[in-house]
Amino acid sequence: MPARHLVIIGNGISGITLARHVRKMDSDTRITVISGESDYFFSRTALMYVYMGHMKFEHTQPYESWFWEKNRIELKKAWVQKVEFGERTLVFDSGEKMTYDVLVIATGSKPNKFGWPGQDLEGVQGLYSKQDLELMEKNTHQQVKRAVIVGGGLIGIEMAEMLAYKKIPVTFLVREKGFWDNVLPKEESDLVGKHILEHHIDLRLETELKEILSDSNGRVRAVITSKGEEISCEFVGLTAGVSPNVDFLRNTELKVNRGVKVDAFFQTNIPYVFAIGDCAEFENPPAADRRTIEQVWYTGRKHGETLAHNLCKKPVPYQPGIWFNSAKFLDIEYQTYGTVPSTWKDSEVKSFYWEHSSGKVCFRMLMNSAGQILGINNFGFRLRHEFFDQAIREKWSGEKVIAKLDKANFDPEFFAPYFIEIQKAFKAQFGGNFQPAKKSFIQKLFGASV
Amino acid sequence: MRTIEKIGLGLFLIGLTVFTVVPFFGTYTLTEELVLANTKDIHQEKMAEILAPMYGQEYGSNFSFLSAFGENFNTYNDNLKAQQLWDQVIWDDYGFSLAKAALSSPVRDNPWLWLGLSIGLAVLGGYLFNFRQYAEEPAGIKNNGIFHSKLKNKGWLGMITGGYLILFYILLYWFPAYLVNLVWMVEPISRMLSGGPASQWFLYGLVYTLAILVMGVRMFRKYRGNKYQQLRTASVMFFQTAFAFLIPEILVLLNQPYYDFKNIWPLDYDFFYDYQISTFLSGGGMGIFMLIWGILLIIVGVPVFTYFYGKRWYCSWVCGCGGLAETVGDPFRQLSDKSLKAWKYERWIIHSVLVLAVVMTAVTIANYFSGFSFLGNVTNQLHSFYGFAIGSAFAGVVGTGFYPFMGNRVWCRFGCPLAAYLGIVQRFKSRFRITTNGGQCISCGNCSTYCEMGIDVRAYAQRGQNIVRSSCVGCGVCSAVCPRGVLKLENGPEENRIADLPIIIGNDSIKLNA
Repeated sequence: MPARHLVIIGNGISGITLARHVRKMDSDTRITVISGESDYFFSRTALMYVYMGHMKFEHTQPYESWFWEKNRIELKKAWVQKVEFGERTLVFDSGEKMTYDVLVIATGSKPNKFGWPGQDLEGVQGLYSKQDLELMEKNTHQQVKRAVIVGGGLIGIEMAEMLAYKKIPVTFLVREKGFWDNVLPKEESDLVGKHILEHHIDLRLETELKEILSDSNGRVRAVITSKGEEISCEFVGLTAGVSPNVDFLRNTELKVNRGVKVDAFFQTNIPYVFAIGDCAEFENPPAADRRTIEQVWYTGRKHGETLAHNLCKKPVPYQPGIWFNSAKFLDIEYQTYGTVPSTWKDSEVKSFYWEHSSGKVCFRMLMNSAGQILGINNFGFRLRHEFFDQAIREKWSGEKVIAKLDKANFDPEFFAPYFIEIQKAFKAQFGGNFQPAKKSFIQKLFGASV
Repeated sequence: MRTIEKIGLGLFLIGLTVFTVVPFFGTYTLTEELVLANTKDIHQEKMAEILAPMYGQEYGSNFSFLSAFGENFNTYNDNLKAQQLWDQVIWDDYGFSLAKAALSSPVRDNPWLWLGLSIGLAVLGGYLFNFRQYAEEPAGIKNNGIFHSKLKNKGWLGMITGGYLILFYILLYWFPAYLVNLVWMVEPISRMLSGGPASQWFLYGLVYTLAILVMGVRMFRKYRGNKYQQLRTASVMFFQTAFAFLIPEILVLLNQPYYDFKNIWPLDYDFFYDYQISTFLSGGGMGIFMLIWGILLIIVGVPVFTYFYGKRWYCSWVCGCGGLAETVGDPFRQLSDKSLKAWKYERWIIHSVLVLAVVMTAVTIANYFSGFSFLGNVTNQLHSFYGFAIGSAFAGVVGTGFYPFMGNRVWCRFGCPLAAYLGIVQRFKSRFRITTNGGQCISCGNCSTYCEMGIDVRAYAQRGQNIVRSSCVGCGVCSAVCPRGVLKLENGPEENRIADLPIIIGNDSIKLNA
């Protein structure tokens, strides 16, 4: 009997993690990964660094090209036009066909467009794929005197940083009251907002895009905002979030809502067809603090790990652990562990917030009414994942977390020991039976001060 | 570019141009007195005779002078070699010292002026270019445009820079006689420091130290806000200036042996050579101290410090080669080859050099204790082979000249026998590792791209593994450029230092070992 043929559509982090883990557990399965976007797996989050000349595109590829042959992962460069589920056959845009025994859809996302007038003009684009990067290089190659970015999320601020590298002035339209304030509490959102202004980016809060205006050549020449202002620009970045890239699967027997509908085992409504990563939409949120669509690098990786296990061993339902995430806003790094929503009820949740006088470093810890840690945000310094994974899982008291905060510090040696200030501030606000850590002798002698 | 940077760049280029044309200045006139004064007693008579045809003639350039010198000298030696009269052949190369003595040039007459116009302007320009970098921007590491640069991404500027460096090293090691003008230029400084005349090595040491200092300023600017980078840069600047440059010269002034207290065998490959040992033994209390100190560094210093801190204590905080790589070489760090193939070559080559250095030294010591009867001739041949192939060609020409082609740590990665020794300790018995912060890696590749040692840091980080590699010099740049706070250089318990996690933290679906 020939080995089963596992076909994965999409060579992003989800699809490639799946392929790697299946190969680790099962040397027989024939594995094919299909992508029309790129020859090899690359890190999508690093596209901005290619634009800014920090890296070449090759550097974003985590595996050398021999890796795929060595691990017998076949790569097929093609766009899938449609799937004939009955025949278990893929049809490529060339007309070529490929049959599968098991199909995994891992096609990721595409930038949102909300039907703005002029959204398809030349010079207007989102940033998600390698092709988007190439388009952006082309679109910003000639004289761009001003760019407008629409949507205050992670891709928006990355795009602003990219354009700043080319010394292109940026106006940044954000619908909300604060930057990313549907995710960040007010203080954190303000902190990032101030840093955006420090980089001379023209941040316009509570301002939406109404219309994009065209010149006589079908190229963008200006935008009109919800406040009626016309802003001349030669480039518009649409970064108001992403949605599952599943249009080619609509109107087939596969159940598709916003994404491909899956259960906790990534199983779609069709046997032997699965979906993982950004493009999958769960029936029920996988955990209380999760949504039905998870669009983060890390979740994509975990989907891949879990489905690989399920395809090779006794299936288990997907169960994410303690939430974590990270980002970098221009120069300020951000990490989060556990659950820190943008708002909460003071009667149920206690919040401890500390901010450094520079306005670029801060720490927040949320605790339940019993004083147990729920989650943290940290900006401008680094904290240890394992520490908080354990603390949150074991429901440590906020006091215990802070008392041991020196163990959680992940900043390089000789950096300012912010954890000592945080310990002092916590003690002043909540009390606690612990002594703030002391600077070591070497730290006193050579280290940065807070 | 701001005005101050433009001025700085302009001054630097003027200084560099003067430095480049100065060797061609002046005329050369040889007399018998000069020959007698600059040759060893045993050769005086012969040399005076050989070079007699040159006396009183004025040579218009170093080319014509050295070609005439070569003709006369080689004719004599070739004759003897043809007759196999090996013991009468003059093996010493008097080209440099005679050219230096025979020179008359405006540089020799006015050394301070020309020193100011060349090295002085280059240093001032370099400083002006560097000292205000990124002043209008918030602190943070900017690698903007590196791969769009003609200099830093193997463009034409990089090719020219590499070519210039290679040429400079070739002249310095094998044709120093062409550089006597430059040596005269630094003569007054040498007189001030050691009381003695300047050699090409003094010139090199001065330029080397100034380069580290000026580009150290660039490091302070580039890595603003990163105390680890600031401190280790200050450290290499200090060790180069004090230990490698000033202290040895001052020791000479005080009639003590010339010695760099931080240079360690087998990087310091002639430490056990017979002439070195006799210098120590005849150097009184200080000489004996130097000998013991050097041996203690090898057998106690290296293992103990490396156990506690990793090889970074030496390679990126103390070492002179490392000092140059981390300052002058920093703009080229991204050019190191990260492929698995390069890693394989690296391990073969560097450990071969280590074996060669150890074997050579063992033979040398055996020869010494057997009263120069054990493989005497082979020892000399080994020394000259090692000095040429490893000490000069590999460490100098390739080690620095190839910065713009293969990154700033070519020598440290592929050649340095001390790095190999430190690396073995670091890999197998050390508390040092680079810790990966759980599951936070996004595989972006900044760490691998900017690793000067060509370590594919990401390969470990994206699997949640600690990075334990013999070659890691602990420069800390992977940690500095990581956008997600994933990497931290740490000294910690050896337990679980090397671990393989099949599933990364944060996924509870799959229970391992449950």
